[in-house]
Amino acid sequence: MATKNRPLSPHLQVWRWGPAMLVSILHRVTGDGMALVGLGVLIYWLASLAGGPAAYEAFSAHAAAWYGKVVLVGLTWAFFNHMASGVRHFVLDIGAGFELKSNAAWSVFTPLFALAATVVTWAAILLK
Amino acid sequence: MGNGTSIGRVRGHGSAHSGTHHWLVQRYTAIANLFLGLWLVFSLVTMPNYEYGTLMTWATGPFNAVLLALFVVSTFWHARLGLQVVVEDYVHDHANKFAAMAALNLAAFGGAGASLFFIARMVMLAAGQESAAAALQSAMGGR
Repeated sequence: MATKNRPLSPHLQVWRWGPAMLVSILHRVTGDGMALVGLGVLIYWLASLAGGPAAYEAFSAHAAAWYGKVVLVGLTWAFFNHMASGVRHFVLDIGAGFELKSNAAWSVFTPLFALAATVVTWAAILLK
Repeated sequence: MGNGTSIGRVRGHGSAHSGTHHWLVQRYTAIANLFLGLWLVFSLVTMPNYEYGTLMTWATGPFNAVLLALFVVSTFWHARLGLQVVVEDYVHDHANKFAAMAALNLAAFGGAGASLFFIARMVMLAAGQESAAAALQSAMGGR
């Protein structure tokens, strides 16, 4: 097809990486992760509670296993990262925060906040 | 001008006033997700333990059960809107796009509907146990 050879606009590999680019990509990755994995876990969690003690025991065993913890910690990080970059989007939506320096500063802040919030959350759970 | 059909207004005759709908609803559900998500994380972190009884007592109280149901609606709706943008960005073939959107809608509505049913079932289970306990108590002489 002739349309296959049409020139393409420059894609990811030609741009110099900046923090805003990383935050944008992470926003989509964490959103997709929560939509595809997180909502699945949510359904399983609610179904196991509705199914009675034995069903919930099975859920608990998976959640406590190493792979369950990896998924839950990953979802916690995805939640805080998506939340932080989402709040950043609200600020950008009102037309603020586009100056080069403040844009880069808040872009660096959002993933750092997500990591810190994830560590604090799981410390609170595991040190109980 | 301005009194024609919606498509007429779009074709050079001004706004159909619905172009921002997807964008706005994504923001509205994001606001709900922000508060409901923080509520869920805070509730789970401050829970004394993760035994079945503890979680059921927490989840089936009227306040928490309603917030849990709202969380389900808001997150599935937001996820449907977000994944729609991903489909539009990466699936260009019309037939594939139609299939992907149909599958996405089925998954989002199916998942939300099932989750709401599970919450309702949890509340009914808890209510059933309460009335069974009350019946047992009255059978044993009031206390």
